[in-house]
Amino acid sequence: MNLNLKVWRQQGGQSKGKFEEYSLENVSEEASFLEMLDALNEQLISKKEDPVAFDHDCREGICGMCSMTINGEPHGPEKATTTCQLHMRHFKDGETITIEPWRARAFPVLKDLVTDRSAFDSVMQAGGFITARTGSAVDANEIPIPKGVLDEAMDAAACIGCGACVAACPNASAMLFTGAKVSHLNSLPQGQAEKERRSILMVEAMDSAGFGGCTNVGACESVCPKTISLDVIAKLNRDYHVSSIKKIMRF
Amino acid sequence: MNLDSKIPEGPLSEKWSNHKFKMRLVNPSNRRKYKVIVVGSGLAGSSAASSLAEQGYNVSCFCYQDSPRRAHSIAAQGGINASKNYQNDGDSVHRLFYDTIKGGDYRSREANVYRLAEVSENIIDHCVAQGVPFAREYGGLLANRSFGGAQVSRTFYARGQTGQQLLLGAYSGLNRQIGLGKVKMHTRHEMLDLVIVEGHAKGIITRNLVTGAIDRHAADCVVLTTGGYGNVFYLSTNAQGCNVTATHRAYKKGAGFANPCYTQIHPTCIPVHGEDQSKLTLMSESLRNDGRVWVPKLSETAEKIRSGELDPNLVSEADRDYYLERKYPSFGNLAPRDISSRSAKEVCDEGLGVASSGLGVFLDFRDAIARDGEQAIRERYGNLFEMYNRITGEDPYKKPMMIFPAVHYTMGGLWVDYNLQSTIEGLFVGGEANFSDHGSNRLGASALMQGLADGYFVLPYTVGNYLGELGIDKAGSVTTSDPAFEAVEAEVKARIDRLLSIKGNRSARSLHKELGKIIWDYCGMARSEKGLREAIEKIQALKKEFWSNLSITGSASTLNIELERAGRVADFIEFGELMCRDALMREESCGGHFRIEHQTKEGEALRNDKDFAFVGVWGYNGDAKEPSLYKESLDFENVALATRSYK
Ligand SMILES: Cc1cc2nc3c(=O)[nH]c(=O)nc-3n(C[C@H](O)[C@H](O)[C@H](O)COP(=O)(O)OP(=O)(O)OC[C@H]3O[C@@H](n4cnc5c(N)ncnc54)[C@H](O)[C@@H]3O)c2cc1C
Ligand code: SF4
Ligand code: FES
Repeated sequence: MNLNLKVWRQQGGQSKGKFEEYSLENVSEEASFLEMLDALNEQLISKKEDPVAFDHDCREGICGMCSMTINGEPHGPEKATTTCQLHMRHFKDGETITIEPWRARAFPVLKDLVTDRSAFDSVMQAGGFITARTGSAVDANEIPIPKGVLDEAMDAAACIGCGACVAACPNASAMLFTGAKVSHLNSLPQGQAEKERRSILMVEAMDSAGFGGCTNVGACESVCPKTISLDVIAKLNRDYHVSSIKKIMRF
Repeated sequence: MNLDSKIPEGPLSEKWSNHKFKMRLVNPSNRRKYKVIVVGSGLAGSSAASSLAEQGYNVSCFCYQDSPRRAHSIAAQGGINASKNYQNDGDSVHRLFYDTIKGGDYRSREANVYRLAEVSENIIDHCVAQGVPFAREYGGLLANRSFGGAQVSRTFYARGQTGQQLLLGAYSGLNRQIGLGKVKMHTRHEMLDLVIVEGHAKGIITRNLVTGAIDRHAADCVVLTTGGYGNVFYLSTNAQGCNVTATHRAYKKGAGFANPCYTQIHPTCIPVHGEDQSKLTLMSESLRNDGRVWVPKLSETAEKIRSGELDPNLVSEADRDYYLERKYPSFGNLAPRDISSRSAKEVCDEGLGVASSGLGVFLDFRDAIARDGEQAIRERYGNLFEMYNRITGEDPYKKPMMIFPAVHYTMGGLWVDYNLQSTIEGLFVGGEANFSDHGSNRLGASALMQGLADGYFVLPYTVGNYLGELGIDKAGSVTTSDPAFEAVEAEVKARIDRLLSIKGNRSARSLHKELGKIIWDYCGMARSEKGLREAIEKIQALKKEFWSNLSITGSASTLNIELERAGRVADFIEFGELMCRDALMREESCGGHFRIEHQTKEGEALRNDKDFAFVGVWGYNGDAKEPSLYKESLDFENVALATRSYK
């Protein structure tokens, strides 16, 4: 198939970007979206032009590296699918496809489609862990965990940290991402000791990293490639408020 | 080259405890005076960096991705082994040890493998304490599944995302230490060379992948946990950025490279769809429990299927060849990885392949669906069928799946002794980057175990011992103003300039593809003396082509994806030659290494224990000279050497 591509090009963080148009011929329907971009880049290189920079690594939907907004939708049109798992058979011959980076204050563009998502790491560093020094653990079966509790924790733990939720949100809020980690750890027996601290510190880190507030739009849930549910936000809100009140009462 | 494996004295089961007791300790208040560099943030790197930081050392950790959480370990699906014996089915440290030695086709070191089995239990305890959501039974206890090469259920798993959950656990420990200021994390940094001062590894040179800055980093020792080199084949199940650069550069600085030709080819991957293909996707091996592998008996029938003229469902029973069931009646479709892979290649070589490229065989669920019903199959494999459908657009409930082998794991790596120290003092190597535990074939669910064993439970001790032996007066004594740093930095910069100045006509990707094809054809599933000699010549010619006709746009001082790729491909080309040399040297067939000259009458691998029960370690002698081979002989005191049979 033949395609018209409108791709966001930006030299660096400080420069102004703009859309460039390219036409690409003979794209295989079997190719993945990123393989289509590889072909575009080969074409650009053969003309001695600068290839389009984009993030990617595993190309199987698990590392969370790929990150682009395709025709206005983070990760493109398919539900529960990362960009790297999107295939060209979902596009039509002759179609124009617009490709741009995540747009969010906390994710500044580094070049073309590559953004800096280290703000996510800083939220995790604030409290996204259970303190367990190597060598200090008890036998793994000493803490039985009901299957239902475990399954819920696992649902939340499936987040790949891609940032699509932030890119889709009109407020660029990171509540779905943060809620996923808090729900995972706060629902497990091992996570109880640090539950309050974690809830407060992660929300504070999220605010200071420049993410916006949540106004319950729900766009995050619909673009999330791992179908993380809005329930995690409700849980985060609950744990955060309870923890804040307890903190005040202790004063 | 000194290949003293430093295996401690005493009976197998006491070696590690004795050794730990004899180690030099560093006083807690002195630990903060030492600095350790950890390159890599996968399971091995994250676990080593966080554990060393917990002990009080200052750690700098590096990865090329934008976050340590994205290391390739994240993609592991199936599970992690441990000899917990929670199923009361007769598992033990000794059994896990034995299975791993046998699975590795008797080409690994007993003492290391025993220690791996020994610490496997601590790994599970630690991961659960971190909040890793391993699957549970209704009673709340941990669940297990069984995996290839074992007759006990010892594999722990978190749905199909075990690697993700283990890495997120290690990453959370790492994050805590980053937050506490004990680990300084350098993301989007690529290590381009190693710095050695007076024979000891004391630092690295990196390129900041965003700004292009070349930086020097000094420390008291260096740990490499940079993963495997499967991408030397261009197409593999590895992530796009996986590379051999860090280990190859260390090799060129004097570290011995062990068994580079030991690579694992996984039988059940989705076949290549065309020239644009950039990576291969693994389909879990568990599918072979119910799927039947076949190709048509006649090449004319295969041709019609390839061109889309004939629906494979219409091929009559008499015209199908269920070749695994025919050749290996007792194991059938569950024949081990290496054998299944090789058989698929053979039928495709005969023109019987069914994918449009000719490289693919059927994995057919028709009979299983007729026997157990579609619902039962959906329950067992629903998510895998979905994944297959997402990638190929075809419905495996209606049409047989197509599969083909793909490169998946590399057993070879930098040579290390019992302390995981390479032939360079102060250079430690963990995870897939070292050669240590899997011999010539790795068992499923053992790589995750090894990465975490190295990082949580071995390196924190052995690195501490090394630093203790250095002495506190040496702590922090080498700085980046040492002339050695200046010299290596100049080499790195010169190489980048050279890459950029070629200004030829070929992209790094096209050269990488060409390399991959050579390696796959000649150093893949079946290797021969003639083929390997040809491959070496072809690679040497490709190296010339690379250095005279490469095209890179852009500059060195910005984010430049082509420059990154070119540097990695240049190393893969040199390394590919070393792989072929190793395969040529090893005149036997063992595990993932199959030399067609060395097979039984029935076409099975023929090991040669008399002449080849050794680790082949290569030492670099400069670009103009051939590398030298050194041997570490393998002594089996606890396991009797035997031949594997699957008939
Ligand atoms: C699809 C797939 C499924 C798998 N499933 C299983 C399974 O079920 N069970 C099992 O046991 N094993 C499995 N494996 C194997 C296993 O995942 C790997 O062997 C293991 O995760 C490797 O871990 P590691 O820490 O050694 O390296 P990696 O996780 O590969 O990490 C390498 C790190 O090094 C960094 N790095 C690399 N080069 C440089 C450089 N030059 N400069 C700076 N940083 C660098 C990277 O950024 C990364 O952080 C699977 C592998 C694949 C491909
Ligand atoms: S919650 Fe979903 S969209 Fe957001 S980072 Fe996690 S996986 Fe991506
Ligand atoms: S490249 Fe890893 S999730 Fe897309």
